[in-house]
Amino acid sequence: MLEEFSFGFPILSYLIFLPLAGAAVLWLIDDEDLLKTTTLGITLVELALACLVLMRFVPDSAAMQFAEHARWMPALGIGYHLAVDGISVLFVGLTAFLTVLVVIYSWDTVRNQLRLYFMALLALETTTIGIFVSIDLILFFVFWELMLIPSYFLIKLWGGGPDRHYAALKYVLYTLLGSVFMLVGIALLDINYHQWAVTHHLDHVYSFDLLELLSVPIPLSQQILIFWLMFMGFAFKAPVFPFHTWLPDALVEGPIGMAVMLAGMKLGTYGFLRFTFPLLPDASKSEGVVSIVMVLALSAILYGAVVALVQSDFKRLLAFSSISHLGFVVVGLFALNFQGLQGSLLTMINLGFSTAGLFFMAGFLSTRQQSSQLSAFGGFAKQAPLLATFLLLIGMASIGLPGTNGFVGEFLILLGAFKAKWWFGAVAVLGVIFGAAYFLWYYERAMLGPLSKNVSAAVKDLHMREITIALSLSIMILWIGLYPSPFLRMMNGSIQALVDRLDRAKVASVDTVIHVPAK
Amino acid sequence: MSDSIDLIVKLIPLFPLMAVIVNGLFGHRYSHDLAHRFAWGSVLMSFLCVLAVFTETLRTGAAREVIAYKWIFGGDLTINLAYLIDPLTCIMLLVITGVGFLIHVYSVGYMHGEAGFTRFFVYMNLFMVSMLLLVMGNNYVVLFIGWEGVGLCSYLLIGYYYDKVSAAKAATKAFVVNRIGDAGFLLAIFLVFVNFRTLDYTQVMQNAAQLSPEMATAIALCLLVGAVGKSAQLPLYTWLPDAMEGPTPVSALIHAATMVTAGVYMIVRNHAIFDLAPMAMTTVAWIGGLTALFAATIGLVQTDIKRVLAYSTVSQLGYMFLGCGLGAYTAAVFHLMTHAFFKALLFLSAGSVIHALSGEQDIRKMGALKSKIPWTHTLFLIGTIAIAGIPPLAGFWSKDEIMGHAFVHHHYVLYGMAAVGAFLTSFYMFRLTYLTFYGTSRLDHHTAEHVHESPMVMIGPLAVLATLSVIGGFPGVPPENGWFHHFLHSVAGVAGEEHATPPGLMLGLMGTATVIALLGWGLAHYFYSGPSSAAAALADRMPGIYTTLLNKYYVDELYDRLFVEPTKQLGRLCDWFDRTIIDGLVRSIDRGTDASSAAITWTEKHVVYAGLNIIGYANHLLARSWRRLQTGMVHQYAAIIVAGLFILAHVILLIWTGAGSTGYSSR
Repeated sequence: MLEEFSFGFPILSYLIFLPLAGAAVLWLIDDEDLLKTTTLGITLVELALACLVLMRFVPDSAAMQFAEHARWMPALGIGYHLAVDGISVLFVGLTAFLTVLVVIYSWDTVRNQLRLYFMALLALETTTIGIFVSIDLILFFVFWELMLIPSYFLIKLWGGGPDRHYAALKYVLYTLLGSVFMLVGIALLDINYHQWAVTHHLDHVYSFDLLELLSVPIPLSQQILIFWLMFMGFAFKAPVFPFHTWLPDALVEGPIGMAVMLAGMKLGTYGFLRFTFPLLPDASKSEGVVSIVMVLALSAILYGAVVALVQSDFKRLLAFSSISHLGFVVVGLFALNFQGLQGSLLTMINLGFSTAGLFFMAGFLSTRQQSSQLSAFGGFAKQAPLLATFLLLIGMASIGLPGTNGFVGEFLILLGAFKAKWWFGAVAVLGVIFGAAYFLWYYERAMLGPLSKNVSAAVKDLHMREITIALSLSIMILWIGLYPSPFLRMMNGSIQALVDRLDRAKVASVDTVIHVPAK
Repeated sequence: MSDSIDLIVKLIPLFPLMAVIVNGLFGHRYSHDLAHRFAWGSVLMSFLCVLAVFTETLRTGAAREVIAYKWIFGGDLTINLAYLIDPLTCIMLLVITGVGFLIHVYSVGYMHGEAGFTRFFVYMNLFMVSMLLLVMGNNYVVLFIGWEGVGLCSYLLIGYYYDKVSAAKAATKAFVVNRIGDAGFLLAIFLVFVNFRTLDYTQVMQNAAQLSPEMATAIALCLLVGAVGKSAQLPLYTWLPDAMEGPTPVSALIHAATMVTAGVYMIVRNHAIFDLAPMAMTTVAWIGGLTALFAATIGLVQTDIKRVLAYSTVSQLGYMFLGCGLGAYTAAVFHLMTHAFFKALLFLSAGSVIHALSGEQDIRKMGALKSKIPWTHTLFLIGTIAIAGIPPLAGFWSKDEIMGHAFVHHHYVLYGMAAVGAFLTSFYMFRLTYLTFYGTSRLDHHTAEHVHESPMVMIGPLAVLATLSVIGGFPGVPPENGWFHHFLHSVAGVAGEEHATPPGLMLGLMGTATVIALLGWGLAHYFYSGPSSAAAALADRMPGIYTTLLNKYYVDELYDRLFVEPTKQLGRLCDWFDRTIIDGLVRSIDRGTDASSAAITWTEKHVVYAGLNIIGYANHLLARSWRRLQTGMVHQYAAIIVAGLFILAHVILLIWTGAGSTGYSSR
């Protein structure tokens, strides 16, 4: 299908398995420098491939592009089906981009078991990209679960905090618990498909393929059941308040590289856009669902922000700011209109630059003081003006200053929420004020004021590798902020299709309920 | 011709932007001399472009829209980065680039020798870019870029001396308080979009009449929240006096002449909506009137030369709001312009005083500077006369027009407040002048030795501003019918223009205003011109009032008590809740029961160790799974898992549909 978008080779499979193959190659390398350069090389090639996909991607289109379809377990309706569309394509680029930065960051900050670390990181990249390009739900689920393995070890073995073992386990258990629900939901989708397929004499009687599942109507009551089952999976992962307590632990205890990937990759909320909304439009639109989720999301915005305000550890502060931002994303999603969905999708990408960027910055700071307590800082701008400048820029992006990417996303989300119900927007907008408060207060305590006596005069400003990271993030932040056109065009087609589907939804399902039992 | 003007319009914000990029990226590589030339040169170029655009607008009298590029779009929303050039924008552009250029030149002298010289100019140029976008945008969102952009620059420049605790705190405060206003402004933008399906001014204003009065009021009030934050009106004015922590040119440019007037600009820009909402208009007028009076009373007793001017700015902005609220939009813009001249002059002369006294800002430690810095004295005095409202200087014409409007339209209470405010203004400004330049010298010995007049690069811009403060009112003469009013008529036509004020009444009001101003001067002369102890005696007689005023009515303390501390406490409470209740619940589920600890052990054993094995014995495992693949074991396993899953799913489905539903599986 849609062969005209493809290259001569299965580029998405390459994207998935190149890092894994790379990890295998690392096994053979003993020299540390060679290890680093090889890993960097692999991730750069991966990034180049991802850029190739982005450049050849046809914008303003809802089509699934670069599709690859192979039989896997045909009897069960499980296929190896990969493709990207406007919803997923940017995530592929983002994953590749962030992995490169993490490799650069880890150059001299990770000292023990470097080889294993890089292997885990590459495995993480494989599974993350797998999640974003899978169209078959079982395939998606496999990557979703496999991702836990490298994550677990990254947190447990290379984490900096004393509670890292606990944090790693908590993260895994949370996700596992959520995915059990999700798996049941996926099975229900398949059962529904099966019933339809049998009554309508379709060729396949089982299917987990998103596109095939989409062609079959689902009665509202089942949609709601499946919605909540899948919600558990995605909400635990996202995390949506009040299922968030694994996140601060994982982010604070884990290594910076893992924090960047966890905070930058909005896997849970991606799940809503990719599977929940298209498959379960009636349930997603139903009054009860929207009210419950909106209340949770709006609480998350405010709750995350006020808790962030009083943290004394800035990694924890960032974790709660991340929860607050997630609240924005979910508010935009459940506004269920064009601006809301578009804003949420863009914000998920944006957070990969801004929140992840703030974690890099936190890494730069904590390597200088061997602490992430704010009391160890103060007046740092004097010692490290470049660090201060980049931190301010990235922070401004995270609080949505116009001109940065954060604004475009946040503005669209708020506008969409306001269109849906005015008070959604009115409550969410309070987050804008609190966001400024917690970030600027953090900045004031860490960077401004007289140089704290805890800061040694030997503290140096950013070095070349750190500048590379900060600069590439800054470029993306300003690019999306000032000229978001290419990004918006890539997502618009698919968003429009999704909005149309949501708008049509009611009619289709009524039709189903009346029509189907008659057969 | 038209195309070239379009290009010139696009260039206006681009020049300072280029200076930001060049100085920001490479400024540390070359000398300060080159850096400041880029900085003021770019503003000068913008000013020249503005002159060209202004001439063209004068010639054609038509509004012009220029689209730079498509910015945010999708679905039913399209936001262009686009400019609207009409008479209102022209006036704002002239003020911003003109006064901005003078202040940039002045800063070359004032900031000479500062370590962060280049950084200062980068921020200043960035401010120019934002401010230009603010007034040039053809839609609300471009305005909002500028709106928050100037907020950021204000933050950066207030915190310019970032190693000072007070400066850092003032900067944070300014940004956060402004954000409260910004949130209101955002809501207004959303309301506009929901009602008009567009965010372009031209279309919104054309269709404004279709709004219901309630909706118009809602939009106007939300806009007002934004304006109040940016223009430091009651109740969100508290950030502006603290903003004086920034270098003096910043106070002149951002916190007097340009940024703080953005709220006034925004209201005038949206006057079609405000006109439909009488309730909102009344609110604007009362906020303006109260702020004008309130800030003036605080200004009476302050001892920091810049803080007096800061409260005076708040008070003068109150007059502009009063004008807006009364529908006298042209008068408000007129006062905005003259205020930019004389307040920039006052701040910069104050800067010249501070410069002369090696950084001293306390007027109790000044006095008798007239002979030592005569130029600064003359210029400061001109500014004082202009702001006090003594004819024929600029401030008189614009302030008088606003007050006259209040009187003619029977808002006698507001007129009274404005008149008292005008009296107090005249009083505290002459008090400042007397305490600074006259009487006996209270300088400490060390400072006195180093008093010096400022260099030409500072005095020059001051002289230009002084000239403007003298003649700047004449475009608005005769009142309500001057060139200024005709020029702005198409965009800010006065609602109640049919009430042309009778000449007799007009002269009477002008006379009253002059007398009020002179009375203020006289009183200040009585108290402060000589070695009189009358002022101190008065303060002693009313200690309660004096202390309250000196402590600025304790508003900062009140806000701290009411908002800041409770928010922090809420944060602590939520933090406790998070750690103890939510996470406690999770932990207790984790650890509480033997069963779950067994589960953890099981997980450790089967999941974790299996994972370890995968990494540890990759080779081995790979070989084994390969074998399994060969024998089709994976498929069998998968089949078993899926089958188990199906049974589970069916059970859940049965339970769910058993509860009664419409799904076909239940039939």
